[in-house]
Amino acid sequence: MKWILGFIIAVLLPLLPLLAGDFYVNLASQILIAAIFALSLNLLVGFGGMTSLGHASYLGVAAYISALLTGRYGFEHGAAAALSILGTVAMAGFFGVIALRATGLGFLMITLALSQVLWGLAYRMASVTNGDNGIAGLSRPSPFGLSLESPAAFYWFALIVTAFAFLMMAIFVSSSFGSSLKGVRDQPRRMAALGFNPWMIRWITFVYAGFWGAVAGLLYVYYNKYIHPTSLSTTSSAEALLGVIAGGSGTLGGPVVGAALVLLLKNYASAFIERWNMLLGLVFLFIVLVMPSGIVPGLRTLAHRLRGRPS
Amino acid sequence: MQFWIIQGLNSLSLGGLLFLLSSGFSLIFGLMRLANLTHGAFFMLGTYFGAVALRSYTGLNIWITALGAGIAVAAFGGLFERTVLRRLQANPLGQVLVTLGMSFIISDACLVLWGGDSIPVPTPHNLQAPTRLFGFVFPTYRLVLVGVAVATAIALYVLMERTRLGAMIRAGVDDRQMARAVGIPVSRLFTIVFCLGAGIAGAGGVLGGPILSAYPGLDADMLPLALIVVILGGIGSLFGAFIGSFIIGFIYTFGTALVPDLAYIILFLPMIVVIAFRPQGLFGRVTA
Repeated sequence: MKWILGFIIAVLLPLLPLLAGDFYVNLASQILIAAIFALSLNLLVGFGGMTSLGHASYLGVAAYISALLTGRYGFEHGAAAALSILGTVAMAGFFGVIALRATGLGFLMITLALSQVLWGLAYRMASVTNGDNGIAGLSRPSPFGLSLESPAAFYWFALIVTAFAFLMMAIFVSSSFGSSLKGVRDQPRRMAALGFNPWMIRWITFVYAGFWGAVAGLLYVYYNKYIHPTSLSTTSSAEALLGVIAGGSGTLGGPVVGAALVLLLKNYASAFIERWNMLLGLVFLFIVLVMPSGIVPGLRTLAHRLRGRPS
Repeated sequence: MQFWIIQGLNSLSLGGLLFLLSSGFSLIFGLMRLANLTHGAFFMLGTYFGAVALRSYTGLNIWITALGAGIAVAAFGGLFERTVLRRLQANPLGQVLVTLGMSFIISDACLVLWGGDSIPVPTPHNLQAPTRLFGFVFPTYRLVLVGVAVATAIALYVLMERTRLGAMIRAGVDDRQMARAVGIPVSRLFTIVFCLGAGIAGAGGVLGGPILSAYPGLDADMLPLALIVVILGGIGSLFGAFIGSFIIGFIYTFGTALVPDLAYIILFLPMIVVIAFRPQGLFGRVTA
């Protein structure tokens, strides 16, 4: 069952640009970017038990650094990408040191406060970030001389990056380090008694999640060729968190499904109504009150029940 | 010299407003272990309420409006606590997400109802004339605002330390199960404290109106300030919220006046220093 599903995905996804129009290909690219972002947040929320409300910081900062370096200072895309990832990871390291002084709600509040500070900075420090106007007129890179301007080319590029990211994060959580991370999530004191260093395990995960957040940020800015302070806002963090929780935190496929649903909802809803934030809030209430364990675990339970097995 | 004195007073009045916002947040967190991310939205509701009321009925007293807004927001908060938060008592993460969702709903509803332009709130007539003290000129309203914040702080102190209700709340903060066991109705206290916190935020929103004016995004501007205040002062500590509010009031006001570009970075320096050396905050207690 699992293998068949995997085979279908592996065959169908690369063929999508041949089967569907540009609109759907672009939509799929956006879903892939949101999926990497949600997967990286899930490392913290699902596997580490650290609920961050500031994950947009990494996406936004990587995007801003890349935008500034390529748009204003004339850097090559390769060097700019390396520098933005490096800068964002360094920031994640620093933010991790601050935020991981606390756990639970304290951690959540500190990550939220830190990301709000960055959001305010992007808005107010107009001399650097161009404030509310954002930075426009950016370009996409052309790796190995291949242009990514067409929707299909960008989609294939994003698909390769996403597949690699998914694989790397899957390896990360199934490695022995991933097991110790889950141990720290469930029983931090026992893990400490066993000689593990819970703080260091959390910090490494935090930085690793920041790294993939930065990768999502690069794809984000390449796709949009534009960056605006809203990419750093609480709404942006909350959308990703909603994707993780709606899909099912602590599973590998869940955040991908959740991120796709949130993005589709956002796209279709904004075609009819302008009230995305209100809808987002309502979906939050609905998911938490009605489907607290998420859609993927919910469906799995349902599948088990249909086949007559106790879940 | 005039610059420093005026900015000093501005800092004090912003600090006072921040106290009205963060004291409720801190009370709620202390008793319910709930990070109420709707708090900024409660404040904004109060500001819009005040803006609409004071602009439609000239001659309406701002203090009565603040009281009315406080009661209205408290009632709304109580309803939210009773119908939604109550169901999620065993799920702290779910509670946070629900308060976040609610804040999105409120801020978007405000945008629908009152549009995207900022609505200035008139300063009360009898407080418009500046006050002269020691040869300096002060805006009277801001002076009064500081007084209100201090009075609120004293009232909250008396409530918490000198009344039966306060004693019950403190018991609930210290050991919820033990308090229940000796017959204190802790879940009713939850509603009372949530209403009280929401009400203070709503009233504070009205009083902050003449300084901040009502605009979309006010909640997103105020909530992080409140978070930084309580992280700095110690989550759950009223005294910490009081001191933290004025520290942040000073840093934010002088930061914006002297280095506008970097005001946000300066804002979070004290937070980093405090977290590095005292993760529980300046006046917070280590809780299990």
